[in-house]
Amino acid sequence: MIRKCLSNLNAYEHLDVLRKGVRQLSDWKEEVEEVVFPGKICVPYTWTVGSTLSKWYGLLRDEGQIWANRCPSCGKVYIPPKAKCLECYKDVNDWVRLPGTGTVETFTVVYYEEPSIQPKKPPFAYGIIKMDGADTGLVHLIDEIDPEKVKVGMRVEAVINEERSGNIFDIKYFRPVN
Amino acid sequence: MGRRVGIVGVGQTHHAAHRLDASGMELIAEAVTRAFDDAQITRDEIDAIVIGNMDHFENINYVDMWALEGLGAFMKPVFKVTTGGTTGTTIAACAFYSVASGLFDRVLAVGWEKNSESDTQAAVATCANPVLERDPFAGAIGPLATEYSMYMKAYGATEEDAALVAVRDRNNALNNPYAHNRMKVTVEDVMNSPMLSYPIKFLDMCPRSDGACAVIFASEEYAKKMCPRPAWVHASVVRHDYTHFGDLEWQWMPSLERASAEAYKKAGITNPLKEFDVAELYLPASTTGVKWMDSLWFCERGEAPKLIRKGVFNMDGELPVNPSGGVIATNPIGATGLIRVGEAAWQIMGRARDRQVPNVKKALVTGFGGCSWSDVIILGADLP
Ligand SMILES: [Zn+2]
Repeated sequence: MIRKCLSNLNAYEHLDVLRKGVRQLSDWKEEVEEVVFPGKICVPYTWTVGSTLSKWYGLLRDEGQIWANRCPSCGKVYIPPKAKCLECYKDVNDWVRLPGTGTVETFTVVYYEEPSIQPKKPPFAYGIIKMDGADTGLVHLIDEIDPEKVKVGMRVEAVINEERSGNIFDIKYFRPVN
Repeated sequence: MGRRVGIVGVGQTHHAAHRLDASGMELIAEAVTRAFDDAQITRDEIDAIVIGNMDHFENINYVDMWALEGLGAFMKPVFKVTTGGTTGTTIAACAFYSVASGLFDRVLAVGWEKNSESDTQAAVATCANPVLERDPFAGAIGPLATEYSMYMKAYGATEEDAALVAVRDRNNALNNPYAHNRMKVTVEDVMNSPMLSYPIKFLDMCPRSDGACAVIFASEEYAKKMCPRPAWVHASVVRHDYTHFGDLEWQWMPSLERASAEAYKKAGITNPLKEFDVAELYLPASTTGVKWMDSLWFCERGEAPKLIRKGVFNMDGELPVNPSGGVIATNPIGATGLIRVGEAAWQIMGRARDRQVPNVKKALVTGFGGCSWSDVIILGADLP
C-alpha cells in the first residue's frame, strides 16, 4: 500500500514529504546536548602457553633448535606443534627436529604504521614459511633482504636470536639462502 | 515440539586455580577427550559443536577458531554462545535445540574458562552499563550480598543458614576428584573466614577456576545405540531478567521462579521436592543456596531456612543438592553451568562414582548469570 501511495507522487514531491514529515537531526540538536563518556578498559592478563608449546619454546630458548611434532596416526608433521591432530584427534606426541630451512609460501610487505602492534618499523616483509620436514607453515618476518625483492618460492633459513627468552622472536627472522 | 534428545557422554578437566600445565585449548582437549571416552566414540561421530565462555575473560576472541584443535572441530560446524554466568547451561540448551530441531544428530557442547588469566572481577565489571553502573558496580559479590541481606531481614534467615550450605557443598566436593577446592570445613570455619561483603564471607563464595567441560547430546535414534542409559532432556527453559541492576527485584529471584515453573510444567513436575532425586544447582554463593530454594518452589517464600536446618538438601536428605560440591567448590565460569548438566547426567547414567545418589530417575539443573538470569534444565532416565 505504501509503495502504491508513493508511486502516485512524483520523485520530488516524495522527497519533499519526507523532508517535511520527519524531524531532522538539526531539530534534535537544538533541544539536546549529546553527552559522550570517554572510556578505556584496562584489564591485566597472563596467557598460559600450555604443555605442547612450552616444550617447543623451551627447546628453542635453551637449545636454539626448531622442532615440530608428528601425528602417530596419519604422520602429519606440525609446526608450530599441535596437542591434537586436526584430522585424527590423536595426541601428537612424536617430536622431530627441523633443519630450520624452508620456502616462502606467501608474503606481504607492510608499509602502514601502527606502532602499538607492529614488531618493527615499516616497511618490513613477513610471510608464511613452509618449513622443510614439516607439513605446515610458520608465520614470521623475512629480513636481510630489500622487502620489495621477496618472492614466493624463495628459499629461506631461520636466524636464531643470540639472546633468547622463550617467545617467537627467539627466531629473529628468516633470511634468504644463497 | 522437536525430537527427543539424550545425553550420551560427559567429560571434564581436573579443575584448579591455576592449570599452568594447560592452555585454554588444552583444557578443552582434556574435557573433549574424556567425553569421547565416556561415550566411546571418536570425533568422526560428532556432527556439530557448540562452544562458549565469558566475554572479556581471557582477552582472546574467536575461541571457535583457535580452540578448534582441542574441540576436534576441523572441518565441522562450530558456533559460539556466550550469555554470562549462564553460558554453560545455555551451551547445553543450544546443543539440545540443535539436535531437537532435527538438523544434527550428535552435537558436542563445550564450556571452558581460564580464570587465572585475568582479573575476574574487572572482567565481570565489563558486563555493567559503562555510562551508568560500571563504576559503582564492584564485581560479582556485592549484588549477591545485597540480596541476602534483604532476605535475612524479611524472613529471619541467618548467616549460619548460609554457612550450613557452604559446609554441605564443600564437604560434598571431597567425593569429587575433579573439584577445585576439596577441604573439610565446619560452620565455625565458615563463620570465622574473612568477611568479603557483608554477609558473605570467604568460605561462602565461589572460587575462580581453570577448567572445561564437554557433554555430548544425541537424537533418540542415536542415543539409544550409543548409551545404555542416556540422560534424556525433559525440559530446557531460559529466562532473562535485567535492564539495570537497580531494576531487579532482589527479595525474590523472579527469573528462576518463572523458568522453573515453566520447566516443571513441560516435564509434568507438580511436587519438585518429592519428584526430583538429585539437583545440581548453580549457587555462586552459599547465601543463594538458602534464598533460591524458595524460587525453585521447594517451599513457600521464606521457608527455605527451615529446610536447610533440617538437612533436606544434604546427601542423605530428601533431595540431595550438589553432590559434586557445586559452584563454591569449582568455578571455571563458562564451563560452570555445563558441569551442572554433566554431573546431573552422570547421576542418571549411574556414572557419578563416589558422589552417586542411588537410583536417580529425575534430576534438576540450574544456571545463573549476570545479572539474575536463569536457565533450568530437567533430565530424566525415562523417555520424555
Ligand atoms: Zn593425524
